[in-house]
Amino acid sequence: MKEGFRGTREELKEAIAAQPQGTVTVLSSLLAVQDAVGYLPGEAIEEVASYTQTTVNDVWGVASFYTNFRVDPPCSHNVEVCWGATCHVLGAMKVVRAVLEAAGLESEGDVPGGNASVRLNTCLGACSQGPVISIDHGLYGKVSPGEAGRLVSKLFDA
Amino acid sequence: MPDDFQQIKAQAEEKWASLASGDTPHIRVGTALCGKAAGGLAVIESIRRELQSRDIHATISEVGCMGLCFAEPLVDITMPGGSRVFYAGVTSDAVPEIIASHLVEKKPDPDLVLGLLGENGTGDFQDLAQHPMMKDQVRIALRNAGTIDPYDIHQYVANGGYSALYKAVTGMTPEEVLEEVNKSGLRGRGGAAFPTATKWSFLARSTEPVKYILCNCEEGDPGAFNDKGILDSDPHTLVEGMILAGYATGARFGYIFIRHGHEGPIERTQTAVKQARELGFLGDNIFESDFGFHLEVALTGDSYVSGEETALMEAIEGGRAMPRYRPPFPAQVGLFGKPSNINNVKTLSYVPEIIRRGGDWFAGIGQDRSKGTAILCLSGDLVHPGMVELPFGLTLGDVVYKVAGGVSGDRKLKLLQTGGPLGGVLGSAQMDIPLDFEAMAGVGAILGSGGIIAAADDSCAVDLTRSLIAFCQYESCGKCFPCRLGMTHLLEVLERICELRSLPGDLELMRKVGQDMQAGSLCGHGQLGFNPVASALRYFGDEFEEHMVNRRCPTGVCASERYSPVAVRR
Repeated sequence: MKEGFRGTREELKEAIAAQPQGTVTVLSSLLAVQDAVGYLPGEAIEEVASYTQTTVNDVWGVASFYTNFRVDPPCSHNVEVCWGATCHVLGAMKVVRAVLEAAGLESEGDVPGGNASVRLNTCLGACSQGPVISIDHGLYGKVSPGEAGRLVSKLFDA
Repeated sequence: MPDDFQQIKAQAEEKWASLASGDTPHIRVGTALCGKAAGGLAVIESIRRELQSRDIHATISEVGCMGLCFAEPLVDITMPGGSRVFYAGVTSDAVPEIIASHLVEKKPDPDLVLGLLGENGTGDFQDLAQHPMMKDQVRIALRNAGTIDPYDIHQYVANGGYSALYKAVTGMTPEEVLEEVNKSGLRGRGGAAFPTATKWSFLARSTEPVKYILCNCEEGDPGAFNDKGILDSDPHTLVEGMILAGYATGARFGYIFIRHGHEGPIERTQTAVKQARELGFLGDNIFESDFGFHLEVALTGDSYVSGEETALMEAIEGGRAMPRYRPPFPAQVGLFGKPSNINNVKTLSYVPEIIRRGGDWFAGIGQDRSKGTAILCLSGDLVHPGMVELPFGLTLGDVVYKVAGGVSGDRKLKLLQTGGPLGGVLGSAQMDIPLDFEAMAGVGAILGSGGIIAAADDSCAVDLTRSLIAFCQYESCGKCFPCRLGMTHLLEVLERICELRSLPGDLELMRKVGQDMQAGSLCGHGQLGFNPVASALRYFGDEFEEHMVNRRCPTGVCASERYSPVAVRR
């Protein structure tokens, strides 16, 4: 599944240069690239380094620190399951298990073939609706393990 | 021209009054993170479709969070001249019936209505202001939450917004603004409860030409969503608070720091900044004065420690969010090496009302050294989870049993986890403790940023502690080894306690590790990292003993099949 970046360097340069805010940094540039192409291809690290006049090493240092960055091409669907304390109290572990089962995964990661990735999130910010999962950035609150499993299974139907 | 603001205000008020007028009703739908998670966006679509098919004209507003999160998706309809009539837990299927009864027959269905707000009653419905969750609230920072459209600056202005800024810039000296905040007794709401005016005075004293006001909305604590709730509901109260902080301290630049990925709060804040700029509330020569203030939204990646003040500065500068050595303190050497002041969203969101209504007014609310209100996020095993703003002095029991409606599902309260993952737990016997910075710290459970997670008696205190430490271990930035290794060590011990295979001396080992973490870590993450374990041992020592000596988990939680995300993360 790991393949090279299919886009062009121009695309990456444009994403970096198009940042609207005044303060452009290594971190903000990495976030801009990930928003644009869904992950950080090796080329992006080089482009960010050159744009911000730092070294590839320094850029990798930042990219590897924050857990939201991906270095593999994105999957078609992104599933996030909250395991924060509130969701934990409300039964998140069963939801985690149901989601992993539906995705056919042992632990968080990408489904072979790249249809979906499952990531555990420390807090999705809608604690009053726990347990919470998010599918392709849409939040689902008060999910039972069964519902969560069905929502994820649906991603594999089409 | 000082009249400019009065003109903007008059126009805004006119626009506000016309939201529900003539034969156009006004429909509000909650779409903060809680509303979205409950399905609010689909409900808006259904409302649009239904109105279109019936050819009815109405103003539809997306609003933030009223705080009644348990009732999301929350929809309220105001007929011209009428009260706001609220519908709770609205589904797309229920929309046609609500539209038919309310907008067509003009007879809201009592079976569907939760209650109403406003003076012009509609007969027999419950006054929502008397709802147990609303009754005790004093809404200052949340005064507009759920009422105004966060995307529309005019709705904020119509409700008194930017009047404080106008008052300050056109009629008060920076020292007078600082003194007003000092009189209010406002203390930081991010966790440390440091007096805000004192913090501001450090920055005001600096004669450096470039100084920064930073607002922290990293808010990675599970169980806390009030910062995001404010940005989702009323971002302008924060923007105005930041400009006022700049005025009082002589800073001309500010950053609002938000965690990447929370699209709603980010988009609403960016829109607010843009609109404030367009109306001249941000930029140079605000209200024709010499004072100017520039504000930007900065995003961070996922890292809990980036909410620590010096790590936050590292992240805004674009690096790895790891804390710095202190001294020098941020007020001397902060962001980009310049003097900086960092406040939490809630702290800054109080400031406009403090300036508008006076510091004495604010100081009259609350008790002892805890002035004003506490903005709490109630979550977990509660009947009414949500976001509430309560005066200090109410007891935790009031919060749980009155405001939050008690424990859900015919169970009893076992514990409250307060103040985020580095906070502590309290047992159900501690419910007479008042909401108060000192009183809560005195029993080992900080108020922190206001998250209160309730767990019912079928939860295991040891398992919850393990989960909290799993979070802390995962989120340790790794800079200080006592924290990095200490958290891992604590987690290993807690895992074997949960697995009923603890070793003799494990408690002593955890205490020693905890001491080392406290002594050898640069920031609160490591220094306070033992708190969850210490407070759990204090109130639930018996339960630990049961796991460790009798090898049984009294609630059965630990015996059941568990999935530990942390084990996978390592």
